[in-house]
Amino acid sequence: MSERGTSLLSIEGLTKRFAGLTAVDDIGIEVAEHEFLGIVGPNGAGKTTLFSLIAGEQRPTEGRIVFDGTDITGWPADRVAKAGLVRTFQLMRPFESMNVLENVMIATHQHTPAPHAARHKALDVIERVQLGRYATAMPASLPTAALKRLELARALALDPQVILLDEVLAGLVPAERAPMIELLRTLHGEGLTVMFIEHIMAAVLALSERLLVMHEGAQLALGDPREVTEDPVVVEAYLGEDYA
Amino acid sequence: MPQHANAAESTSAASPWRQQARSPLLAAGIVILALAAIYLFGNRDSGLVTQSIVSGLLLGGVYALVSIGLTLIFGVLGVVNFAHGAMLTLALYFVYALTTSAGIPVYLSTLIAVPLMFGFGFLVQRLLLNKLTTEGSHEGPLLITLGLQLLIVNTLLMVFGGRPVSVPGSVDGSLRVFGAVATYERLIAFFGALLVAALLTLLLRRTSFGMSIRSVASNAQGAALVGVNVGRVYAMTFGIGAACVAVAGGLTAPFTSLTPTVGESFTVLAFVIVVLGGLGSVVGAITGGLIIGLVQTIGALYLPGTGALLLVFVVFVLVLLFRPQGLFGVRP
Amino acid sequence: MKQTETELPRVAADDPRLRDTDLRNSLITLGVLAVVLAVLPLVVNERIESILVLTLIFAIMGVGWNLMSGFGGLFSFGHAAFFGVGAYTNAYLVIEYELSPWIAMIIGAVFAAAIGTFIAFLCLRYKLAGAYFALATFAFAQMFLLLAQNLEFLNKTDGLSLPILGEESFWHMQFRQGNDWYVWIPSGLLVIALGITILYARSRPGRYVQAARDDEVAAASLGINVMRTRLVAVMLSCAVTAIAGAYYAQYYFFVGPEQAFGTHVSVQAIVPAVLGGIGTIWGPLVGALIVGPLAEYIKELLRDPPSYLEFLQGVSGLDVAVYAVLLIVIVLFMRKGIYGTLKDKITERKNQ
Repeated sequence: MSERGTSLLSIEGLTKRFAGLTAVDDIGIEVAEHEFLGIVGPNGAGKTTLFSLIAGEQRPTEGRIVFDGTDITGWPADRVAKAGLVRTFQLMRPFESMNVLENVMIATHQHTPAPHAARHKALDVIERVQLGRYATAMPASLPTAALKRLELARALALDPQVILLDEVLAGLVPAERAPMIELLRTLHGEGLTVMFIEHIMAAVLALSERLLVMHEGAQLALGDPREVTEDPVVVEAYLGEDYA
Repeated sequence: MPQHANAAESTSAASPWRQQARSPLLAAGIVILALAAIYLFGNRDSGLVTQSIVSGLLLGGVYALVSIGLTLIFGVLGVVNFAHGAMLTLALYFVYALTTSAGIPVYLSTLIAVPLMFGFGFLVQRLLLNKLTTEGSHEGPLLITLGLQLLIVNTLLMVFGGRPVSVPGSVDGSLRVFGAVATYERLIAFFGALLVAALLTLLLRRTSFGMSIRSVASNAQGAALVGVNVGRVYAMTFGIGAACVAVAGGLTAPFTSLTPTVGESFTVLAFVIVVLGGLGSVVGAITGGLIIGLVQTIGALYLPGTGALLLVFVVFVLVLLFRPQGLFGVRP
Repeated sequence: MKQTETELPRVAADDPRLRDTDLRNSLITLGVLAVVLAVLPLVVNERIESILVLTLIFAIMGVGWNLMSGFGGLFSFGHAAFFGVGAYTNAYLVIEYELSPWIAMIIGAVFAAAIGTFIAFLCLRYKLAGAYFALATFAFAQMFLLLAQNLEFLNKTDGLSLPILGEESFWHMQFRQGNDWYVWIPSGLLVIALGITILYARSRPGRYVQAARDDEVAAASLGINVMRTRLVAVMLSCAVTAIAGAYYAQYYFFVGPEQAFGTHVSVQAIVPAVLGGIGTIWGPLVGALIVGPLAEYIKELLRDPPSYLEFLQGVSGLDVAVYAVLLIVIVLFMRKGIYGTLKDKITERKNQ
């Protein structure tokens, strides 16, 4: 499906220690351009912290993050996002005082200062994630599935090169998952590089080209999703219970 | 609310003393050096300097007590009580009314004013603030306490008028300390304030009620889960804050000239003290109070009128620039 | 910078959702307001005109406060600092350098914006937001009050009196008492301040600051430099408030420490916005239309009370006590203020 290009995002020895706890422990991965990398692991494995480190919300204790040839370690979150590396939040964080369209405009404004053009572009993205009928609704009135799409729309509206998706399927009923998976597949097909934290194994296997398994902050396995999920170490550490 | 977390760390038991023993020592060192410098090179009569130090410490003790109330309310509720100075004024007028109209001696009046003010604070929290604080809104409570401040000051203005009045003193005479004069009334105020501060610290650290206050400060939701009545703890805390102010009011009444706006400057002074000491820290409030008292009286040796108060703000700006977490605070 | 667009049908250029009807409606309302304010001095008497001027000054302050505290979410309890800087700068420059108040007003606004930005930077540097920010701004206002009381060149507690020219001059903003220009000028200033608010709230920096107010972390994750966007709001807010101060000095020919930097000045900036609706465009104006006349009415009432209120004769403080009660009631029962609550009701009805 995709050509494996050169490394777009390279993470070297990334470590985050809090008082007495190593949340992320020496993670090193090369994410190729146009890759779809799945990340799984039990709760508390450090997946979301890994995203926060990459996205610049927290400073790593050790390690380096190189994005598109530039060392972005320690950059503040806004600068990372502007450079083309954008995350979504597992617990949706809409701007409550703004309707869906205005929420997405916050993102399209980044590269489009003129209000009308930013508005047009925002509406395009909204249509694309099939939120059109909610364009003027306030976030408080949206169902979970729509909020998840809003979260995704805002990130896409920044025209990212790499998108970090934190459990965009969580909280959706099975019937709502399939269209979301389809949407992610299309976006990836169009050239987006994706890092994808997810608990729902069927989705991970359907989408991921490579799979990173994290356990207690560290990398437990990395490789072909099918092979990794059959790796006895992985099965024992984590999948045993969930995957059966 | 992030400020809850660090406030809790600093109000909680021994942490300010043990973990950060260096900053109070450093502060004490700077103060002693500064005082020594003033004696040696300050170009002022040393007797005058001694007098200023004594007066400054006496004043600082009262400041400390007022600030403890503010810091406690902030540490537990996350609310900056803008009406703090106005509550002090209210307590002063309570004492004034009791002494002048009922002829009750001033310190006895204070004993009556304290439970009244406690009840007042309790009700304010219960009726006006509880809903907003439990929702975690920070501008709501701020606006309510602002409204309360305006209401108290202007109601007092309507009832008592704007002309200054004074409470008849009950203890005459003074004591000489190192050649400086300290009136008994001021000494009583100082030691009374420190005594109440010490009792309060004991209450917070040693009693089960203190435990529940500290648990609410560090994690209100968790405390509620283990059966603490959070709303009640909030109301009690506000009540205690008001009671501190009432004690301070009663103790200072004999040497204060009362106007409805007399407490106004205390809100900002207490805030500066609390910032200096570290938000939410009781020990910080005491240290900060004493330092600010000294800054004011020593400053008055060099700057006339309200100039000394300006120095207090210089300290505030310096803290904001170089140590925004205060002496005993934890950087957010 | 690659995907989308090409393969997918774009939203048609005439899609109704692309029209910013809110912006259009706001500008139309502003136009109507401007016409009303232009006609008003022609039809009311001089006494009402003086109440109107006071109300307009309240409204400009409220609009200024609302820019940073309403839209920006940075609660200021010390807007007197910026009002006072505007008032004093205006008075000082007009007295010492015989500058036109128009120029002095602009210099004062720039000066206040610079000071406000610096203060906000100090406070925001360590993420000291919320209540801490509110009291820090309050402390700065108190500090300026003390400075004004102690500085020789500002004439200490006596304050500065502006020279009276004895001839009418638009350039020097001086007219015969009762001249309608005394109302038209603050009306114009208010219209400009509201215009700034309308355009700012729907511009890129304005949207950013509201996003940062709603959720700072999410805003940063979308590429917003939260500090910078907040400082822009502070700058605008302080400048608008300083202009209110400058006109105050000009209208009363006087400014003293208490009139410029007193706590009641900060309160006067907050109360209209809270009553009307924090973070709404028209809230501060609605609030000022209540507070200004109310204060005046109560003063009138106390001067000559009806028999059942005789005990209030000569008492002062009732006016402020009344706002205080209003303030508490509004915050408790009408969180979004009078205009904000009404607006929400109307939108709700429309959506049903």
